[in-house]
Amino acid sequence: MDNQKRITCIVCPLSCKILVKTNKKRIELVHGNKCKKGIEYARSEALDPRRMLTSTVLVKYGDWPLVSVKSSKPIPKDIIYKVLNEIKKISISAPVKMGQIIISNVAGTNINIIATKNIKKEREVDYI
Amino acid sequence: MNEKSVNVAIIGGGPAGLAAAISAKKNGAEQVLILERNSWLGGILPQCIHDGFGVEELGKSLTGPEYSEMYIDMVKKLKIKTMMETMVLELNKNKTIIAVNRNGIYKIKAKAIILAMGCREKTRWNAMIPGNRPSGVYTAGVAQSFINLYNIMPGKNVLILGSGDVGLIIARRLKFEGANVLGVVEILPYSSGLPRNVVQCLDDYDIPLYLNQTITSIEGKERVEQVTIAQVDKNKNPIISTERRIKCDTLLLSLGLIPENELSKKTNIDIDKQTGGPIVDQHLQTSQEGIFACGNCLQVYDTVDLLSKDAKKAGKNAVLAPDKIKNFVKVKSGKGVKYIIPQIVTKPGNIFFTLRVEKPYEIPTLVVKAGDKELMRKKLPWANPANMVEFQINVDKETIISNDLIEVMLDG
Repeated sequence: MDNQKRITCIVCPLSCKILVKTNKKRIELVHGNKCKKGIEYARSEALDPRRMLTSTVLVKYGDWPLVSVKSSKPIPKDIIYKVLNEIKKISISAPVKMGQIIISNVAGTNINIIATKNIKKEREVDYI
Repeated sequence: MNEKSVNVAIIGGGPAGLAAAISAKKNGAEQVLILERNSWLGGILPQCIHDGFGVEELGKSLTGPEYSEMYIDMVKKLKIKTMMETMVLELNKNKTIIAVNRNGIYKIKAKAIILAMGCREKTRWNAMIPGNRPSGVYTAGVAQSFINLYNIMPGKNVLILGSGDVGLIIARRLKFEGANVLGVVEILPYSSGLPRNVVQCLDDYDIPLYLNQTITSIEGKERVEQVTIAQVDKNKNPIISTERRIKCDTLLLSLGLIPENELSKKTNIDIDKQTGGPIVDQHLQTSQEGIFACGNCLQVYDTVDLLSKDAKKAGKNAVLAPDKIKNFVKVKSGKGVKYIIPQIVTKPGNIFFTLRVEKPYEIPTLVVKAGDKELMRKKLPWANPANMVEFQINVDKETIISNDLIEVMLDG
């Protein structure tokens, strides 16, 4: 069974309009992408749509009340809310280092949730 | 008054100021000073927690905080001085800055100054939206800082006016945090944000985008209770018979950004009415010798990647100090071109331009003329007001000496 889809690439701001044909298991045609990443994105979007997930996690005793986080890899689209719920449940004590794993193997995906910001302890704010 | 003397002083510690400072230092400026009015560096980036920053520049996708942290690290490593929570009050033509912070007033003398003040959001009053004045009306960027920095939810049932990138990104963010996002209202027939943001912020979460519509009234006593929206005609005037009410408690405005140039104007730096930023030459030097401009106070960029690249150019040129201007040729925005930078060219050579188009085009031809001479004719795959167009052309000596204008236009 032929299946064709017009998608907008979200890898970069160019937002290429790509036509992708699949037979539900494999890509048969990708047209309109300006770079290799477009092919990868089209394949994933047609067969296994995923998104990078970014959110925030509560911080205790920090100079900011939140630390921004991201998924270490794109997350399957259909479990985004499940992952968000796990992120909402937790909090972490300052200091937090950028790159630090906040949740490992989130929702059994083998994907980690990692900090994207440094959060210092309260009152330890230095002015560089 | 505290007095200081530096080689390069930079007003603003956002992404443009950081990139300009790093480049000035690397190009030989001994003392580089960044003046920042907030308590943190990186400007708006720490609240832009989504990813997509750095794709063009670094070939990888970073979040806003990660991107800014990378530049802040370099600033620290290069021992660039910063003055935090410091407000610049005055900028003088003799390249003296008057600034104030908790320790008092400073007079800072610089050999070159780089303007990197950024931009700010348009408000309800820029769009002249009628109605009551209840609480619950915020700009999208303010709501973003509430949610991502301060852990405050701006509301429960939210309508967004304007489909710029900040508006689209905040729609998804609100949805993630459990708000009911009622839709995004856009007066134009197309989204003013990047297409990829329409896909991954609205389409993914079934948030409706109401095109060719606008808000005709905001109602509510204490808090927003309802908003009236209507379709618009060809002249963007609301069609009253199409009015309908949407119950909501919060209205977010993503109406576009205005370069912040109060300081530039007070210093009599010439401002381009289209960009809202200073008129610059190919060195990014303003009409005041030794004062350069970069970042969103020069033009509102659509990616930080290109913004940083241009800011580095400003940093380098501030150190190298271009020769006094003898001749110059003006660059004019022709058909289909909203604005172009630089607005003047003072020297022959390969000149980099950035422009923004007035409306979406499919396969337009970019034409550059100087008098009768055609300098360039190039087919573009597409052009969209949300995406800046970059190109370079070789401008020869004759063109600069002649009294011709360089005119840039779009065909098709």
